[in-house]
Amino acid sequence: MLPQFLQALQDSAVATAIREGESLFPWIESVHVLAVTLVIGSIAIVDLRLLGLASRDRSVLQMTALALPVTWSAFGIAVITGTLMFSSNALSYARNPFLQAKLLLIIGAGLNMAIYHLYSARGASAWLTPVLTPTRARIAGAISLALWIAIAACGRWIGFTLHTLP
Amino acid sequence: MSTADALCKWLAATPLSQTIASVAWIIPAVQTVHILAVSSVLTAVLMFDRRLLQAGTREPSMAWVARRFLPFIWWPLPVLLVTGLTLIVGEPARTLLNPEFFLKMGLLLVAVLVTLACQIPLRRDPDFWHRQAARRWAARLLAIASLLLFAGIAIAGRWIAYTQST
Repeated sequence: MLPQFLQALQDSAVATAIREGESLFPWIESVHVLAVTLVIGSIAIVDLRLLGLASRDRSVLQMTALALPVTWSAFGIAVITGTLMFSSNALSYARNPFLQAKLLLIIGAGLNMAIYHLYSARGASAWLTPVLTPTRARIAGAISLALWIAIAACGRWIGFTLHTLP
Repeated sequence: MSTADALCKWLAATPLSQTIASVAWIIPAVQTVHILAVSSVLTAVLMFDRRLLQAGTREPSMAWVARRFLPFIWWPLPVLLVTGLTLIVGEPARTLLNPEFFLKMGLLLVAVLVTLACQIPLRRDPDFWHRQAARRWAARLLAIASLLLFAGIAIAGRWIAYTQST
């Protein structure tokens, strides 16, 4: 079922155009890198505030209001461009351990964020200084930062392993 | 043989270059650190330029945005220099004979000048760019130029991988 789907994806007109075009793939990859840098940078703004390492004179909620609109717009662009690159060589990408690890880590980052918003962020309106930020929120920030650094590393490693794996 | 060719040949023959090129994890690891530093610069530039574009709004203040984000533009530059030089030493011909690399460095030089032009007036007067209509328009133009320049730097950086001479 999955191999047929991947094959069909790879044979689609869009995927074929990306694979065979001279400059389509590098352009899509450039936009992907640009979007990913903004996803990681804007999430780091929130993480560093949760950890009390930056923006110490602003509340956590002020920092999420500043950063998260950037995070979500850039994440949308990263997903679209990432899917386009994946489609151009779907069978090969699907087997790549670094892509698999990257997707799992993104799911992990999503879960960490969901847990933070549903559980850890209760009472966040009162966290006006780093002293008031509870340990559970600091842990969420540290996990998020570590996961996104690992996601960036996996993303870069995909480019070095795509054609070298059997 | 041109000077650049000779330099590349000499660099590529050094033990340091051969170590960087032959140990498989070094280049992707250094690129990951490079991209994370880029992530800090681009996100901080976006936050700073976004504030320059919003001439009328009051919160967060220009003084706070400059204090919070300008260091995240300048601090990563030494990291980018060291990781960038490591990549050049590892694969000299990939960059030093590559027009995209020199485009990137040219754009970087202009981007640094535009960033300085935006921030230097703020040292004396944090509201400098918001005091007169003419200054507000100048600030918007500088912000748009800055966003285009930094996006161009990232795009040219990714294109280095696709235009290397053989």
